[in-house]
Amino acid sequence: METSEAELRALMVASLAGDAGAYRALLGDLRPRLGSYFGRRLRREPDDVEDLVQDTLIAIHTRRETYDRNQALTPWVYAIARYKLIDHYRRGGRRVFVPLDDAASELRVEDHGAAVDARRDVEKALASLPPRARGLLRDLKLDERSVAETAARAGMSEGAVKVASHRALKSLMDRFAGDGGDAHDR
Amino acid sequence: MTDDLIDRLSGDLRPVRGGAVTARLLIALGVGIAVALAGVGLGLGFRRDMGEAMGSMMFWMKLTYALAFAVLGVWCVERLARPVGSASRRLPWLAAPAAAILVLAIVQLARAPAAAWRPLIMGHSAMICPWLILAAAVPVFVALIWALRGLAPTRPRLAGGMAGLAAGGAGAAVYALHCPEAGAPFVAIWYSLGLLSPYVIGIIAGPRLLRW
Repeated sequence: METSEAELRALMVASLAGDAGAYRALLGDLRPRLGSYFGRRLRREPDDVEDLVQDTLIAIHTRRETYDRNQALTPWVYAIARYKLIDHYRRGGRRVFVPLDDAASELRVEDHGAAVDARRDVEKALASLPPRARGLLRDLKLDERSVAETAARAGMSEGAVKVASHRALKSLMDRFAGDGGDAHDR
Repeated sequence: MTDDLIDRLSGDLRPVRGGAVTARLLIALGVGIAVALAGVGLGLGFRRDMGEAMGSMMFWMKLTYALAFAVLGVWCVERLARPVGSASRRLPWLAAPAAAILVLAIVQLARAPAAAWRPLIMGHSAMICPWLILAAAVPVFVALIWALRGLAPTRPRLAGGMAGLAAGGAGAAVYALHCPEAGAPFVAIWYSLGLLSPYVIGIIAGPRLLRW
């Protein structure tokens, strides 16, 4: 931190003329300055500080022709650092501040996933029933058909459908209520 | 790791001449104009009465008006291409060609009988002129954006807008070699519309195109 603006500028002017030694000294001097610049602003993300220091050094290198020799060097360096910092915030912001609409659609996707899981669990449970009871429950509960319709499809009376489906549900409940094991019978 | 990086960067050091930014922008402007010239020359054809036209005031007035925006626009971009660059001292100059064409248009209209206003304003090509100028500006815009991407604009909206305006001016100048219109009001309206449209595109697209 002891190097003055005038010395840094002299190093930069020499670097632009092709003096690799001056350039190495300049970058070496800028490195801790950039480290503390980013460190002060990214207290919560210390891991990103070194990345930003490197990004900034690379930008200084590849865009060194944009330095105007008639002007001070440090404002130029910090303007680049500031740009990289804002870019970093912007990238991070995309993850942190998700707009409400996006959040809602994400939740919807999760709900959908949960529904798929639930459906798969139900199918697994149904598979443990005899085929006839399985068909009744699928019609009544999953496809939400009426009792009359279910009865017509199964060729049973409505009363028989009610009784049989009630029994099937009860047996399912007995099977999964206790220890949650799914392989008692089959 | 950062030490390695510093080693690598200093090993990669090549000298940079003063005025490198200006040189890069002028090369881009030149390449863009060359492509636009080829496009307008092959696609639309240059004026057949070019010899005569070159003796008329209006021909040079149109060319000067358009080129003024190309030059002033690139001049502003030269500042905006730098991280600490501010173009606030240069931007006001853009008012000069705009004011000049406006005065000229008003004078022409004031001197002409009312019956001549419509042709002075609408000419024969008012509806296609802005579009063709925009088309002629495209290669210049692309070249300038390409040049800016290698520089360090920190105000991408304004930098993109100025690159667009410079491209619009260059495109309009190239188009003026095809266009036979001679009314100052026509130029003030339709040329301006044509050269402002890439400016608007640059303002809108700048932040996306100019990230580094």
